[in-house]
Amino acid sequence: MKLEDCKLGGTHLKSSDFEKCKILTTEWKPNLGYAWDDGVAIGRYLAELKEGKIIARVCHECRRIMLPPRMFCELCFRPTDEWAYVQDTGVVNTFSIARVNWDASRRGPNEPPLIPAVIEIDGATKGMGILHMLAEVGPDDVKIGMKVRAVWKKPEDRTGAITDILYFKPIRAAASKKAAAGKKR
Amino acid sequence: MGMRKVAIVGAGITKFVRRAQETGKELSWQASKMALDSCGITLDDVDMVTLGTAPDAFDGVHMKGEYLADGAGAYRKPYMRHYVGGGTGVFSPIHGWMHVASGMADICLVVAEEKMSSCQPHPAGAFLTIFDHTTEQPLKPTLIWIFALEMNRYMQTYGISKADIARVSVKNKHNALDHPSAQVAEDITVEDVLNSETLCWPVNRLDISPASDGAAAVVLASERVARRLTDKPIWIDGVGMSIDTAYWGTRDLSYPRYVETAARMAYDMAGIKEPAKEIHIAEPYDPFDYKELHHMEGLLLCPRGEAARLTAEGYTARDGNLPICPSGGALGVGNPIAATGLMKVIEIFLQLRGEAGKRQVPGKPTCGLAQAWGDLMQMGTVIVLRS
Repeated sequence: MKLEDCKLGGTHLKSSDFEKCKILTTEWKPNLGYAWDDGVAIGRYLAELKEGKIIARVCHECRRIMLPPRMFCELCFRPTDEWAYVQDTGVVNTFSIARVNWDASRRGPNEPPLIPAVIEIDGATKGMGILHMLAEVGPDDVKIGMKVRAVWKKPEDRTGAITDILYFKPIRAAASKKAAAGKKR
Repeated sequence: MGMRKVAIVGAGITKFVRRAQETGKELSWQASKMALDSCGITLDDVDMVTLGTAPDAFDGVHMKGEYLADGAGAYRKPYMRHYVGGGTGVFSPIHGWMHVASGMADICLVVAEEKMSSCQPHPAGAFLTIFDHTTEQPLKPTLIWIFALEMNRYMQTYGISKADIARVSVKNKHNALDHPSAQVAEDITVEDVLNSETLCWPVNRLDISPASDGAAAVVLASERVARRLTDKPIWIDGVGMSIDTAYWGTRDLSYPRYVETAARMAYDMAGIKEPAKEIHIAEPYDPFDYKELHHMEGLLLCPRGEAARLTAEGYTARDGNLPICPSGGALGVGNPIAATGLMKVIEIFLQLRGEAGKRQVPGKPTCGLAQAWGDLMQMGTVIVLRS
């Protein structure tokens, strides 16, 4: 068989087909809500974030200090053993400079790009990264390997969520800028 | 292990388009019927049917497998839908292979369908819920982020430039000019890729495959039946699958270890010791241009960090030493996720039969590979085919 000799299905629609009302469509906007339980490990993680602390979980078998914390070790497939506080500083493993939002819409001309990053948290096992945002750093200045520190919401504004950390900022830039924002645990 | 030999004996595919008039069910019918006709059988000859399709969220249809069953020819037959994210399309024939290799079926129809255009305003929005609902979704991530993060880490680890990576997009979109199903085939330059809109640096618009509607199907048969149906059966000699942890931030993003694990499983089954020499042609999954390079390395088709250089040297061109994505891949033919993986399997099937038309690679290849990848950058599926 050769594809070239076959009449292939699949009819490509053009915008004009819709403008001329040649195509009928139906629409549905789902109005669904979900209540996701945080679980045992992440529940504690969030409670600690509300206190301005980052907590990990340790497996005595593989000796990993794991972030996000988990009640079972997926490598050893056994219960993890203890909680351990880690730092609110880390190293940028990788980053992006995002000009699109979650739904693929573009950020406006006056909206700065978002800088999502994987941040390896100090005190956790090397390579244990979490997704978070970088700020107080220009798109041209952000680098892999950069040391960063969490910038927390004010204690009264925290809700026990990953967003209790507003973002991470470069540690060196913090010294040169206003030191007032320094949030110490 | 007492498994029977299984061959691909027929194939069908639709055009891949941005938005198809046909429903998913109609696209599935078109591909399925073409596959049956291509090997001269009817639905009565089919023992079992498997169907691959990606998230229900694209269609807003729950039980998508059941909805599509009629189009896939499953009426009153043993039937199962499978879904392993972007890895689905290459898992499809693996799922069918299980049925035939085990002796449960002599003929299995394998269908892969995707209709992404239903999801408004853009199917990218449907991906929000693949991220952890508590620790990641509140940060409003989009799928492009994690690819941008992975691409940046890959570039940094091996000192690869965006221009090195853009060559993959240029090559595949060019190759797709010869594919009758192609959606975004065109002759472009590296500069065109670099100058296209920056979505999430380092990812530009032309680094990414499009969202697409389309379907594909293959017919699998046991050895006895295959030899009766065709004098050019293409044998499934190896299959492999592997999934990594969903804690993707913990992984080495510069190397797809799970693809290597899947590949080694398939190579062991096929008796392949030196993949870079024994594989003549490959269709790794290329939803993003850097992924083709990433996957070549994970598939052990070249040393780590070397894929970009080989691409620049023309090694992976259709007339190169190791043609990669001669179909035009997801970047050129289009990316209706599950159907893309099966399109790649069909391309290897046609190439090994010498029936790929203008896309035919020189040198009469006898061993080829298709691979797909998905979920939270954690799923690897690999299939090795021989003539």
